[in-house]
Amino acid sequence: MMQQVRYVLLAVAVLLGGWIVPTQQAAADIDEDIALGAKASAAKERGEGCVEPTEVMRSQHMKFLLHHRDETVLFGIRTKKYSLKNCISCHVSEDQAGNYIRINSEGQFCQECHEEAAVHLDCFQCHATTPRKK
Amino acid sequence: MSKPTSNDAPDFARRAFVAKATTAAGAAVVAPGLVVTAFAKPADQPVSAKTRWGMLIDAAKCAADCTACVDSCGDQHGWRDESVGRPEQHAQWIRKVGLRDTATGHVTSVPVMCQHCETAPCADVCPTGASYRRPDGIVLVNMHTCIGCRYCMMACPYKARSFVHQTLTDQLPDTPRGKGCVESCNLCATLIDESSGTAPQTACSAACQKDGNGAIVFGDLNDPNSEISQRLKKEPSEQLRADLGLNTGVRYQHV
Amino acid sequence: MKKIDYREIQGNSLGYWVLFLLFGAIIAVAAGSAYYMEHNGHWVTGMDNQIVWGLPHVFAIFLIVAASGALNVASIGTVFRKEGYQALGRLSGLLAIALLIGGLLVLVLDLGRPDRLIVAMTVYNFKSIFAWNIFLYTGFMVITGVYLWFMMERKMNRFYKPAGFVAFVWRLMLTTGTGSIFGFIVAREAFDSAVMAPMFVVMSFSFGLAAFLLVLMATYTWSDRPLGNKVVFRLKNLLGVFCGAVLYFTLVFHITALYATEHHGFEHFLLVGGGIFTQLFWIGHVLLGNLLPIALLYWSKTGSSRFWIAVASTLVILGGFTQIYVILIGGQAYPLDIFPGKEVVSGGFFEGQINSYSPSPWEFLLGMGGVSVAMIMVMIAIKFLRFVPGSLADEGKAA
Repeated sequence: MMQQVRYVLLAVAVLLGGWIVPTQQAAADIDEDIALGAKASAAKERGEGCVEPTEVMRSQHMKFLLHHRDETVLFGIRTKKYSLKNCISCHVSEDQAGNYIRINSEGQFCQECHEEAAVHLDCFQCHATTPRKK
Repeated sequence: MSKPTSNDAPDFARRAFVAKATTAAGAAVVAPGLVVTAFAKPADQPVSAKTRWGMLIDAAKCAADCTACVDSCGDQHGWRDESVGRPEQHAQWIRKVGLRDTATGHVTSVPVMCQHCETAPCADVCPTGASYRRPDGIVLVNMHTCIGCRYCMMACPYKARSFVHQTLTDQLPDTPRGKGCVESCNLCATLIDESSGTAPQTACSAACQKDGNGAIVFGDLNDPNSEISQRLKKEPSEQLRADLGLNTGVRYQHV
Repeated sequence: MKKIDYREIQGNSLGYWVLFLLFGAIIAVAAGSAYYMEHNGHWVTGMDNQIVWGLPHVFAIFLIVAASGALNVASIGTVFRKEGYQALGRLSGLLAIALLIGGLLVLVLDLGRPDRLIVAMTVYNFKSIFAWNIFLYTGFMVITGVYLWFMMERKMNRFYKPAGFVAFVWRLMLTTGTGSIFGFIVAREAFDSAVMAPMFVVMSFSFGLAAFLLVLMATYTWSDRPLGNKVVFRLKNLLGVFCGAVLYFTLVFHITALYATEHHGFEHFLLVGGGIFTQLFWIGHVLLGNLLPIALLYWSKTGSSRFWIAVASTLVILGGFTQIYVILIGGQAYPLDIFPGKEVVSGGFFEGQINSYSPSPWEFLLGMGGVSVAMIMVMIAIKFLRFVPGSLADEGKAA
């Protein structure tokens, strides 16, 4: 009986381990492969960061966005820091013809990470996915 | 008013203080004798009840065949982008209405949009508080809490609201809109909020001045020196459905 | 309270399973319809920016109104101590909850953003009559549930009368609230009337009792249980009175509207020149929905026949449905009078026009899904729990 329980526990541990480790691996990979967006990449090369340190942005960006959203919608505060419009203008990529690529499309900044983290992204049911046309 | 959906509520007292301070500073720099046009607040300040944005529409100047206001509104906010459905289902933030007095036969034409009521029926009936009135008088839909029940559309006396009947893509950055939510004229709130230090214009009033006949005047109803306040004081005007006592922010003349 | 022997129905007959599968199939189709409408957006429906509330709302309002009315039978037994009604209390409470759930499901699935139901349940604007109704509806389910429990659990039996009283008061508030959804709308002359609230209360008496009579007769006939004439005749006589009361309130509503000259346009539209709405009003609501049932219920030849009583109840339900359709859709079809004294000669948004509405099959199926959910809940409940007396035969049951 005990023997069987041990096998079950081992199997669970192996399965869980097999699931967790690659995820962490993937999170580490993001740094290298992710489409940062045209302006954000340039800023990175110049050694500049985002509006907060990368680690903070990665875990807290939704809180900044939600807080700013309420300030904007309810009280008309339209500062650029933490505004979704500003995130997109910096993190959007362009295709070879110089047209913006929708930020929620495959491989783009918002979409790629949310897909990796399996978090549903519904901002873009209503919000624009590119900056205003050049 | 509805409570904000976020836990970290802003500090209202501080905001009210800062708003007062900046308004005072703004008034101080204006030279005496100048007709002052209301300036918008800086982008980092909350809107305040010191301002009440409104419009005055003169039907005598509005030409029946001119649609400059409607077209500029469509361009500014991106409605009229439906790809499916019937015309009755499509959004209409502003429309031109031609009228004939049944007794006298007098014919006029006016644009009709959200009247930005002080006591807005849409905000009263909204179960979640998604329909609300900003302190500066603009009636808006918070599309993050709108559940699409359409009770506001039943309650609006002006048929000013539209329900989005289909999935939308490629919305404009300044005007988020989406399937299943109700929307209406927002008095170009983004333009006003971002016009820091200059006299703001709505898309329709700007277009009416430029391409139309100057029938729409936009401004601050609470500023006694603004053009709109001066005109409203000197000239007769009316509210649509004045019998309802809604104290609308949009006023009409010569209808 | 007399000792009444409540028993589960067997629910093994072919008829039971056929009915069960039928309702189940309708629910499945309705779920598909709801998904189709939500996935595509409301452009696939007959609703639009002129007729913003359509057939789903007619179904939902009908079911919600009928739900509170279905509880009346229990209330008459508990609150007004009529012994003849007490044996029916459990079924009455069950039907009330079932109809309400059916109605709310339809209402919720028609929202533009049903995925945000959690917002509706957590963020409130207390000035909104709609927000009050959310509390009235959930409260009704809880209170009626407790009332049922007190009736069915012997240990709690001594508390069932106060519970019944609370449920009765609550159901009156609920229907007042539902009627006020329209009564509070100042913008539209078709709705803006204080008569709406009491009219909805009386409508609920009528629709709820008709639904109860049908369910009661069907249950007893199909499960081969004795159902005495006394029980049935008492209920059908009451139904006749309620039909009369609905007509009375309809009359008062239109007379008060006609008194004000500004409403003549709308009244003329509805009563004379409104095409389909005028026909539905006179033929559907007044004639088939109320006058004919009154005649059938009181004329000695038909009034003593179970078949004709069932026909009359069905007519009351269809008539009630028509009545809500005329109030809701007809009220929206008539244009808003934004410019009194002016005639609209041109307009960019269908101003000054009578709006037309042709419901899509999806809306109808969603509504039928709500009805089926209510019915299947009753079927399951009476199969597994003791809701219905084994016998409602006449002897020794006089009140």
